[in-house]
Amino acid sequence: MGSVGWSRLQFGFTITYHYLFPQLTMGLALLIVVFKALALRTKKPEYDDLARFWARIFGINFAVGVVTGIPMEFQFGTNWARFSNFSGGVIGLTLAMEGMFAFFAESAFLGLFLFGEKRIGPRAHFVSAFMIFVGSWLSGYFIVATNAFMQHPAGHTLDESGRLVLSDVFAFLFNPWALWQYAHTMSAAVITSAFVVCAVAAYWTLMHRHERHARTALRVGIVAGLIACVMQIFPTGDQHGKMVAAHQPAALAAMEGKFETSTHAELAIIGQPNIEERRLENPIVVPHILSFLAYGSFGAQVKGLDDIPHDEWPDNIELLYYAYHVMVGLGTLLVAIMGIAALLLYKDRLMRTRPVLWVLMLSFPFPYIATTAGWMTAELGRQPWLVYGLMRTVHGSSPRVSSGSVAFTTIGYMGLYTLLSVLFVFLVGRAVARGPEHHGPEHQGENDAEHEPKPQEA
Amino acid sequence: MQATWYFLLALMLVTYAVLDGFDFGAGIVHLFVAKTDEERRHVLAAIGPVWDGNEVWLIASGGVLVFSFPRAYAAAFSGLYLPLMMVLWLLVLRGLSIEFRSKLEHPLWRAGMDAVFTFASSVMAIVLGVALGNVLRGVPLDDSGYFQSDLFTDFDPRGPHFGAIDLYTALVGLFAFVTLAAHGATFLVWKTTGEVRDRSARLARPLWIVAVVLAVFVTVATALTHADHLAHLGARPWLWPLPLVALAAAFFCRHALARGDEGHAFLASSAFVASLLVATAGTLFPTILRSTVAPDFTLDAYNASSPRATLALGLFVWVPAITLAVGYFGYLYRSFHGKVQRGDHHY
Repeated sequence: MGSVGWSRLQFGFTITYHYLFPQLTMGLALLIVVFKALALRTKKPEYDDLARFWARIFGINFAVGVVTGIPMEFQFGTNWARFSNFSGGVIGLTLAMEGMFAFFAESAFLGLFLFGEKRIGPRAHFVSAFMIFVGSWLSGYFIVATNAFMQHPAGHTLDESGRLVLSDVFAFLFNPWALWQYAHTMSAAVITSAFVVCAVAAYWTLMHRHERHARTALRVGIVAGLIACVMQIFPTGDQHGKMVAAHQPAALAAMEGKFETSTHAELAIIGQPNIEERRLENPIVVPHILSFLAYGSFGAQVKGLDDIPHDEWPDNIELLYYAYHVMVGLGTLLVAIMGIAALLLYKDRLMRTRPVLWVLMLSFPFPYIATTAGWMTAELGRQPWLVYGLMRTVHGSSPRVSSGSVAFTTIGYMGLYTLLSVLFVFLVGRAVARGPEHHGPEHQGENDAEHEPKPQEA
Repeated sequence: MQATWYFLLALMLVTYAVLDGFDFGAGIVHLFVAKTDEERRHVLAAIGPVWDGNEVWLIASGGVLVFSFPRAYAAAFSGLYLPLMMVLWLLVLRGLSIEFRSKLEHPLWRAGMDAVFTFASSVMAIVLGVALGNVLRGVPLDDSGYFQSDLFTDFDPRGPHFGAIDLYTALVGLFAFVTLAAHGATFLVWKTTGEVRDRSARLARPLWIVAVVLAVFVTVATALTHADHLAHLGARPWLWPLPLVALAAAFFCRHALARGDEGHAFLASSAFVASLLVATAGTLFPTILRSTVAPDFTLDAYNASSPRATLALGLFVWVPAITLAVGYFGYLYRSFHGKVQRGDHHY
């Protein structure tokens, strides 16, 4: 594997690993704001306990997100120097804005939120939770806008030296691709956090522990999860898919395993793409539906891979096809789970329906897998382009960095991140086992006893 | 416009060095000023609410560098590939050691994490110095606009086979290490109480003397190896007061530490770091990365920048963003004013 191959593997690995954490951060930031707001309004202690409990998980999760995020900011330069040189004048704007508008707010208020509850009082504490939410969601926007430019460039021109120049800042910042991709990504983040909150609450319920807290958490988690699950499919997934159909026909054809152009195109629910023979094997199809989903009309023509020059095909069609189908399949499953849970919650039978609680407890990995598969779909679908239609991936790497260096650092990241995973799982597992009624971090010990209860915390 | 962005970026990096500098410094002296578990948590509580925000100044500077000088970003980061990757790993380990240390009660875990914290902070301080040394000395940029630097070669600062570490850049690294240790110890004097405070004070005063001596050494070494820096400084009279400010700040800092005037001691310490770095940036301008191969290949504010129109537009982002950021940080630091309190012990 050459240095481009290793760089792709390294970026793919580090970004996939990194994004496991921000998706929970962003979703959980919203849910913590909800818990804090309900605590301020209802004065019920469960909400405050839950806010503090999830803030502890948030803190651990955020720390891993930060430390694995720092390398991302620099990898554009280290591994993709020609890409940075080519497009820095455009995407540099959103990268700079992410740091300056989002990260400053997020980090400053995180310090206040985690450390300052006793110093700043309940209202300012709520405001800092809210600012973390704003900061993390803004950072999501800027990074999605950066990716959207790579998927569907807008607001740029080429200058005489052959580099990209920003010509229309609003077209760049409010790229329609970015708006739908952002909505789709954010609703996925809420789904992840809702499933994680529900899984922990289901665990407590099944163990007959903290039942009051569990019931409250389930209510908030299921309502948020159901809304986000529905939005994930309609309108955000639907619209995002239409953008792909309109602007990346090669990606759409590969995602659907469609080799021949046709009208009244059928949707393959399942099947195996055979690239050599250019056909989909053993497909189970629904007629006409793909034309309708992509273009809003049953008779619309959908382009197949045969009508696209071979050198513009995504370079890993099988992986793209399966990633897309895993995303859609899991997305459907998640809606079903949340739907059933919401129905039982509405009938007030959820706390006694143990099989469903088991399902809720065990299904928290699925949103992570679906999100990862979704990003793989987006990024593999963009290939062979680094910036769609403007720069190919093979032309974006660092010219002087040897494949040995990249291989070495890739293995280094894998080792380091394995260590991180072990620590993360261990620490989160401990926090979950201790539950929401465990006041104060474990190490506060004797100091805590004399500080509680304080009237302002009630 | 290019000059404006050069100095805006320099300003952000100087802020970064002052802010993250004190928490690197606190990490360097951590094992020596805090002996018991309670004391070590005291040190971590002093930097706990702010270290992450401080590091964001680096991330934001990285973003601003891509935006304003993409060619320099691409060349520098790919050219120093392996050293930079190791820096990133150190930052990962350091963040972990701060955040996860106190989450487990096992004594060996905590001792190990304390060692990681001190190790990573120390190496990071040296790395910042070595990076500055590379910028001052130059890197082997050629006509492709890129270079590839080994971690070290023959350590000869006169070349021609430059590695990232040679005797000159190592000297700058050592200077950064001592200065940030003094800066961090001064910060701890200001924020902590009891034994930690007293040990930090005892450590800070001799460190400041070493820092000033090394500052003189580095200046002489820079003048000897690269006379043109000195010529630049000579031609820009507005920079002349800065070295004097730095010298005065160092002595005032020691004096203030002796008198127990802790807040002013930390201000003076920050002034020392800031004035030296501003003087360096003022001397370097407009060079960003000088080429040791030929002057034509040097990347400067004019040939490495984004177009003027883009830069002008960027000001509409930078000014409100920095205003907000200063507001957030003002509020953050004000909320945690004074000494670390028991209730602050999240760590």
